[in-house]
Amino acid sequence: MDTVFGLDTVLLSRVQFGFTIAFHIVFPAFTIGLSAFIATLEVLWLRSKAPHLHTLARFWTKVFAVSFAMGVVSGIVLEYQLGTNWARFGAIIGNTLAPLFAYEVLTAFFLEASFLGAMLFGWNRFPPWLHVTSSILVALGTALSGFWILAANSWMHTPAGFAIQDGITYPVDWVKVIFNPSFPYRFAHMMTAAYLTTSLVVAAAGARYLLVGRHEAEARTMLKMGLGMLAILAPVQAFIGDLHGLNTLEHQPAKVAAIEAHWKDEGHAVPLVLFAWPDPKNERNDFEIAVPQLGSIILTHTWAGSFKGLSDFPRDERPPVAPVFFSFRAMVGIGLLMIATGWIGVWLLWRQRIAQARWFLRPLQHAWPLGFAAIIFGWMVTEIGRQPWIAHGVLRTADAVSPVTPHQVLVSLALFVLVYGVVFGIGIWYIQRMIRKGPQPHEPGPETLPNRPLAGGRPDPTDDDSATARKGAVAT
Amino acid sequence: MMQVSDILPVILALVLGLSVVLYVVLDGFDLGIGMLFFAFHEEHERDLVMNSVAPFWDGNETWLVLGGVTLWAAFPKAFAIIMPAMYLPVVLLLLALIFRGVAFEFRWVAKPHHRPWDWAFAAGSLLAGFAQGLVLGGILEEIPVRDGQFAGHPLWWLSPFSVMCGLAVVTGYALLGVGWLLLKTRGPVHDRARELGPWLLGALLLFIGLVSVWTPLASQRIADRWFTFPNFLMLAPLPVLTALFAALCWYSLRRGGELMPFLSSIAIFLMAFLGLVVSNIPYLVPPTMTVWQAASHETSQIFLLVGEAILIPVILAYTVLTFWLFRGKLERGQGYH
Repeated sequence: MDTVFGLDTVLLSRVQFGFTIAFHIVFPAFTIGLSAFIATLEVLWLRSKAPHLHTLARFWTKVFAVSFAMGVVSGIVLEYQLGTNWARFGAIIGNTLAPLFAYEVLTAFFLEASFLGAMLFGWNRFPPWLHVTSSILVALGTALSGFWILAANSWMHTPAGFAIQDGITYPVDWVKVIFNPSFPYRFAHMMTAAYLTTSLVVAAAGARYLLVGRHEAEARTMLKMGLGMLAILAPVQAFIGDLHGLNTLEHQPAKVAAIEAHWKDEGHAVPLVLFAWPDPKNERNDFEIAVPQLGSIILTHTWAGSFKGLSDFPRDERPPVAPVFFSFRAMVGIGLLMIATGWIGVWLLWRQRIAQARWFLRPLQHAWPLGFAAIIFGWMVTEIGRQPWIAHGVLRTADAVSPVTPHQVLVSLALFVLVYGVVFGIGIWYIQRMIRKGPQPHEPGPETLPNRPLAGGRPDPTDDDSATARKGAVAT
Repeated sequence: MMQVSDILPVILALVLGLSVVLYVVLDGFDLGIGMLFFAFHEEHERDLVMNSVAPFWDGNETWLVLGGVTLWAAFPKAFAIIMPAMYLPVVLLLLALIFRGVAFEFRWVAKPHHRPWDWAFAAGSLLAGFAQGLVLGGILEEIPVRDGQFAGHPLWWLSPFSVMCGLAVVTGYALLGVGWLLLKTRGPVHDRARELGPWLLGALLLFIGLVSVWTPLASQRIADRWFTFPNFLMLAPLPVLTALFAALCWYSLRRGGELMPFLSSIAIFLMAFLGLVVSNIPYLVPPTMTVWQAASHETSQIFLLVGEAILIPVILAYTVLTFWLFRGKLERGQGYH
C-alpha cells in the first residue's frame, strides 16, 4: 500500500477527520446551549422588562455570533470531507445515511441561517417580539440539527432498518433507521452535554464579574441560571449516561470492555477499574486500582453480574483500549466535578453567601473549558470505541476511504491544522476578550433606519417601569 | 412506458440543479462583493460593502451544503467519484470559505486591528469562487473513472481549461456583486460599482464565448449535441437570449438602472448554466455516468424527495422573508452590527 512517512490513506484520513471534528464539535455544542440561553433571557426580558436581561442577551448574542460563524465553516468541512476522504463510505452507506444529513440541512441549517440575520442584526430594527421569535427559531434550528446528526451518528454505532444488496446498504424502514437502538440515549446525552457546557461557561463568566465587583446584576443572573442548570442537569446527565452505558453493553460489548479495561470474563463479579495502564499485548492491566463488585453494579445493575471481556473478541474486532479507557475516566471525572459545582453553588446562592465565597468563585471563573473537554473526551470514547468499524458490524473503517493518495491527505491535513490553529485560535481568543470586557449596558446601537416602520422596539432605559424592574431584579 | 424509477432521478436532478442555481446566484453575489472589497478604498465604504450581505451570507452558503448533500443522497455513486477526483480544489474551497466566513464576525470584533480580516474576506472570496470554477472545469473535462471509482492523478484537474473556468466564475461572481451593490447602496460605493460593471460584463462575455468554442472543439459529444439538425435550431435561443440579456445588462449599467443590472446578470448566469446542462444531458459525471446510473435506491430517493418537496418551498419563503426584512438601501454608518 502507498504510504507517506509510513502513514497510509486510512490512518491519515482518520487523523484528519478526528482533528476537524474535535474542533467542530465544541462550536455547535456551545451554540445549541447558548441559543437556548439567549432565547430564555429574551423571553424573561419581554416579561419583566428588566434592562440587565436585555444587556445580557445582547452581550451573549455577540459571543454567539462569533461561535456560530466558526461552527458553520468548520461544519461545511465535515460535510464535504465525507466525500473527499470517505468516498466508499459515501457510496456504501449513502443510501441510508445521506438522506438524514439532507433532512438536517432542510429542517435545521436553513432555519438557523435565515433567522440568524434577524437575531444578530435586528436588535434596533425590529420590534422585540420579532427578535425573540428569531432567537427561538435559531435555538430550535440548532437543536434540530443535533437531532439529525445524532440519528446519523447513532446509526453508525447501532445500525438498524436496513438490508444489504451487492455490498451496499439499503434503507428498509426509515423509522428504525432514525430511531435506531442507541439514538435516544445518544441524543439525550449530547443535548444535555451541550446545555451543561454552556451553563458552565455562563456561570464562570458570572463568577469572574462578581469577583471584581463588575456588572453585578448581570453576574448574579448568570450565576443563578448557570449554577441552577448545573445542579439540575449534571445529575440528570449521570443518569442518562448510566442508561447509555447499559445500551452500549447490549449493542457494543467490545466498546464497554475497552472502557472498563476488562480483559477476561471470569463469570463472577467484575471490579471497577479506577486507574490502570492497559497492556493489550498481554491482555491485562498494569498498576491497576480497582473497587471490587462496582463494575458489576454499575454495568449490569446486579451484585455479581458479569460481562464479556476484550479477550472474548477476535483481536481485529477490538477497539484501541488506552484512549477509550482514559477518555472515559476524564469525561466522568469532569461530570462529577460539575455535579459538585452545581450543588455547592446552589447552596451558596440559597444561603446568600455566594459573593463572599471567593474560594468557590475563583476556581469557577477558570472552569469554563471543562464542558468542552468533557464533550471531546466523550466523543473519543464513543468514536474510538467503535473501531475498527465505521458502521458497527457493517463496514470497516479501513474499507471506507477514498481512492486518494496519502500525499493528498497529508497536504490537506497540514493545511487544516495550520488554518484551524490560526483561525479558530484567534476566534477563541476574541471570545475570551469579549467576555473579559463584559456586557456593555445601554450600548449605543446603530441608529434605526428612517425607512423602517418596524424599528424602535428597544425600551427606553430611563423608563420608570424598567428602572423599578431593575431594582427588583437586583434585590432578588 | 416510463416507470417511477426512471422519473425519480430526473426530478432529483432538477432539485440538484435548483440548489446549484440558487447557490450560484445567491452566494455568487456575496462572494462577488468579497472579491471587489479592495476596489473600495475608504474604511466606511468597506464597512458598507460587507454589511450589505452580512445578514444573508450564511443562508446563501447553505445552498452549497444542500447541493452537496443532495448529490450524495440522490446520486451516491456520482458523489463517490466527483469528491475524491476534486480532492484538492474542494479542500481549497473549504479553506477559503473558512477564512471569508469568519471574517464577517472577526472583522468587527478585531477593529481597529481588522486589516488581516479584510484580506481573509477578499482573498477567501476570490479563492472560493476560483475553486468552484476549477471543480466545474474538472467535471466538464471528464473525470478519469475505472470500476466506478476515480482513477486519476491527484493533479489531473489542473488544466488550462479548468483554470479558465476558475477565472470565468470569479468574473461572473464579481459582476453579480456589482449588481447587488447597485441595488443596495448609494453614493460613492454605488458609483464605483457602476464603473466596474461594464468591464466585468465584457470579461464575462469573453469567457462565455471561449467556453462555447472550446467545449465543442474538445469534445465530439458536445459538438454533436449542438451542431446537428434539429438540435441546432432548438438550442439556438440559448446563445441568442444570452446576447440579449448581455445587451440589457450593458444598457442598464450605462443608463443608471438599479435593479436591472442585477437581474440581467442573473439571467446571463442562468443561460450559461442551461448551456452546460444541455451539453451534458443525461450525464452527471460526463461521459461515464448518467443520472440513472448514479441514482440511489428508490426508497432513499422517495424519502429525500418528500422532504425536499415540503421543505424547499418553506425555505424559499423564509429566504424571501429575510431579504424583505432587510430590504432597502444601506446608508453610510448604518451597519447591521
